[in-house]
Amino acid sequence: MSSNQHSGSTAGELEVVNGFENPGLPEHKPRITDVEPAAEKVAERQIAAWFLLSMVGTIWFIVSYFLFPLDGQIGSVRMQNTMLGIGLTVALFSIGIGIILWAKTLITDAEVSEDRHSIPGSEEDQAIAIEIFNQAKNESGIARRPLIRNMLIAAVAIAPLPAILVLRDLGPLPGNKMFETLWGPGVRLCKDTGGVPSVETPIKASDVTIGSAFHVIPEGMNKSEDPLNEKAKAAVLLMRVDPEQLNTKPERESWQVDGIVAYSKICTHVGCPVALYEHQTHHLLCPCHQSTFDVTNHCKVIFGPAKRPLPQLPIKVDSDGYLVAQRDFTEPVGPSFWEVHTRETESR
Amino acid sequence: MSTDLNAPPALAATSKWIEERTGASAAVKEFGRKIFPAHWSFMLGEVALYSFIVLVLSGTFLTLWFHPAMGETHYEGPWTPLKGVEVSEAYASTLYISFEVRGGLFLRQIHHWAALLFMAALSIHALRIFFTGAYRKPREVNWIVGVGLVAMGMAAGFTGYSLPDDLLSGNGLRIIDGLLKSIPLIGTYLSFFLFGGEFPGTDIVSRLYSVHIMIVPALLIALIGVHLMFVVIHKHTQWPGAGHTEKNVVGEPVLPTFAAKGGGFFFMIFGLLSAMAGLFTINPIWNYGPYDPSPVSAGTQPDWYIGWMDGFLRLLPGWMEFYVFGYPISLNIFPALLAAAVLFGGMVVWPFIEAWISGDRREHHILDRPRNAPTRTALGVAVIIWYCAMWAAASGDLIAVFFHMSLNDMIYVFRTLFFVGPVIGYIVTKRICIGLQRKDREIALHGFESGEIIRLPHGEYQERHKPLDEHERWRLTAFQTPSYVPAQPDARGKVSGAEKARAALSKFFYEDRVEPVTKAELDEAHAAHAVEGHGSTGELEH
Repeated sequence: MSSNQHSGSTAGELEVVNGFENPGLPEHKPRITDVEPAAEKVAERQIAAWFLLSMVGTIWFIVSYFLFPLDGQIGSVRMQNTMLGIGLTVALFSIGIGIILWAKTLITDAEVSEDRHSIPGSEEDQAIAIEIFNQAKNESGIARRPLIRNMLIAAVAIAPLPAILVLRDLGPLPGNKMFETLWGPGVRLCKDTGGVPSVETPIKASDVTIGSAFHVIPEGMNKSEDPLNEKAKAAVLLMRVDPEQLNTKPERESWQVDGIVAYSKICTHVGCPVALYEHQTHHLLCPCHQSTFDVTNHCKVIFGPAKRPLPQLPIKVDSDGYLVAQRDFTEPVGPSFWEVHTRETESR
Repeated sequence: MSTDLNAPPALAATSKWIEERTGASAAVKEFGRKIFPAHWSFMLGEVALYSFIVLVLSGTFLTLWFHPAMGETHYEGPWTPLKGVEVSEAYASTLYISFEVRGGLFLRQIHHWAALLFMAALSIHALRIFFTGAYRKPREVNWIVGVGLVAMGMAAGFTGYSLPDDLLSGNGLRIIDGLLKSIPLIGTYLSFFLFGGEFPGTDIVSRLYSVHIMIVPALLIALIGVHLMFVVIHKHTQWPGAGHTEKNVVGEPVLPTFAAKGGGFFFMIFGLLSAMAGLFTINPIWNYGPYDPSPVSAGTQPDWYIGWMDGFLRLLPGWMEFYVFGYPISLNIFPALLAAAVLFGGMVVWPFIEAWISGDRREHHILDRPRNAPTRTALGVAVIIWYCAMWAAASGDLIAVFFHMSLNDMIYVFRTLFFVGPVIGYIVTKRICIGLQRKDREIALHGFESGEIIRLPHGEYQERHKPLDEHERWRLTAFQTPSYVPAQPDARGKVSGAEKARAALSKFFYEDRVEPVTKAELDEAHAAHAVEGHGSTGELEH
């Protein structure tokens, strides 16, 4: 095989652009390693040294694997991770530097010019391709027999339908799920201690002092079928605000207990938990996209991308002094969805 | 391969054995001396490719221990803060990989860092292609393949970082849930079908897993294959330069130079990622905790390449949601999906729009220097600023904390930048490009400043300008740019509306075009210098 088939210093005509003639490739300048045998020898040694260093890195990786055991403490994990990382870095980076040094100092750096071929095939090839298609058309009779051709197209076109149909069971239809939560008449407000608490701690109205805030879940959540799904809808923030500061609509007067108000914690923007409560301003802030809700004004949106106010949970005190829901939320919680206003929420 | 008399007998026998069974000599002949031009900007795609190889390698290891399931289990591993806490199997197995598999944390971290580098290299590579006009005929299809690679890369990243089922990624999924629900008419159904019912459900991790380790990587590998195949078919583009023509490609042959440099570069990238994985913590899910729909940490943000969409969600004001017969049109939410469609769709159609406006249907293998396409370059910068305004908005809360600014003001700043930034960027970039083009003309016509001060007989001091050598002059002058083409009548002598629109765009694009220097102009300049008799004629002759 001769490389001249694909290279050659004068490949391609020199074009004339704007009246200037292409001066052609500049003369190749030899590197010091091309002319100085001593420099060439030095380069060779350097490259060998890099490959040697790489082997040291690989061995260090293997040694570290045993030398720095994991004992479950974060310190040991970090130590091992760092040592393995250093080993592999040295092993790989040194190979890379060695090869590139080799290419840059010892392998010839003369540029070679290669002709481009026209991208469309030759006219002859194109004619042959068309001829092949025509022959196939004639031999198969696909143009002459529209009945079987069209039936084939129709059959292939609908054949994927079963695959799409089977995707139907990716999930159940929404049904009423978006309109109901675990909250209902008499359901106690319990402290959210993280995850799905096995022991639920109901909250007494007397525990909620002015300025305090509680993360709340409905009682019985841990016994429900899908506790996390329920929590994703039913999470509530409970705050006590000086009743003087609360601006309450007449129809919601009875939804609070001495300034204790409960609002859905699920942002009406895209559903992040509205987890930041500013005690001074009584603003709730969603850390994801900074929607801001004003607790003193029925959690209406005062800043950010959310539109709907956070739904309020009507609460009261039961005979034992615990806070309970009067009913479910009166509107769907969480992000807006197409059917949001099509039906009433209800308690299960 | 015929037997090489110089080869050792064993090697000769082996190559004969292979040749007689595979005909490999044809491939060696085709690829062995293929020419690749050497330039740093041509290495960006290589960085992406090598990161992808690291991703496949490290990801394969991770599948050996990761459990893509959401069944609840009590964590009983060595990480004490979570002892006994109810977590999903996916989360528990990620902790197992981090704390109990030796080298496991390293594998997780190199996989994550490689994903970030993959997307970064991919994006900068795409920008290089754009700003040099490398997407022009005959490479339009490969440009579209590249856009597909960016989209698939984003999908791979998102599905990947959502797998550990930790608090941060769970909130990311919840945002996806909210985004889907905001889509008119079908949104609620899409959400229920994706999550297998209500959010979060127990299906999403295993579904994302099959997307992440099979569907998306298969598409990525297929697209990368097509992408590289086209590079072979088209051969590489090259920068303008002496000896470079539209009919040749000048550079280094695959064997041995390019293969050595590329192979060495792969090891350097792999080594760099190893260093990052060894030294810098990424995605410490043990600090975030398992997913729980109620808490969220402050300062949450996605991986960087998803950031622009999250940032856009922050910029849209709530009043953009309105109701038609009680049905919400949530223009404050789902436009984040539209923004992706606009960006990727715009990228896909761009080569065809530009060719339509300029009327340039020729093949281009010599790249444009960005300054020589001022309007394109300026539009590209405008899009970058638009993207970055959204992207930085995803960190608006962190920026506000860091600079002690009001969070709300930050959002107003980014909303303003969203609209004004691209316009300013466009104007400034276009002026810079035109200025640089004029400077090039100046240098080509009158030579470069030599730094030598000469005193003329009558006492005047002048800096001597020296002429360029012909190689350098070729680089500055050997280009052609489209010029404004007014609306042309069609065959029936009528000027169609589409043609008028094209002409208007053509005017916008090429009206203030700076002409390249021609030989005639240069000769004229030389003659003028000679007449002025400033003693520099000798310098300008060569």
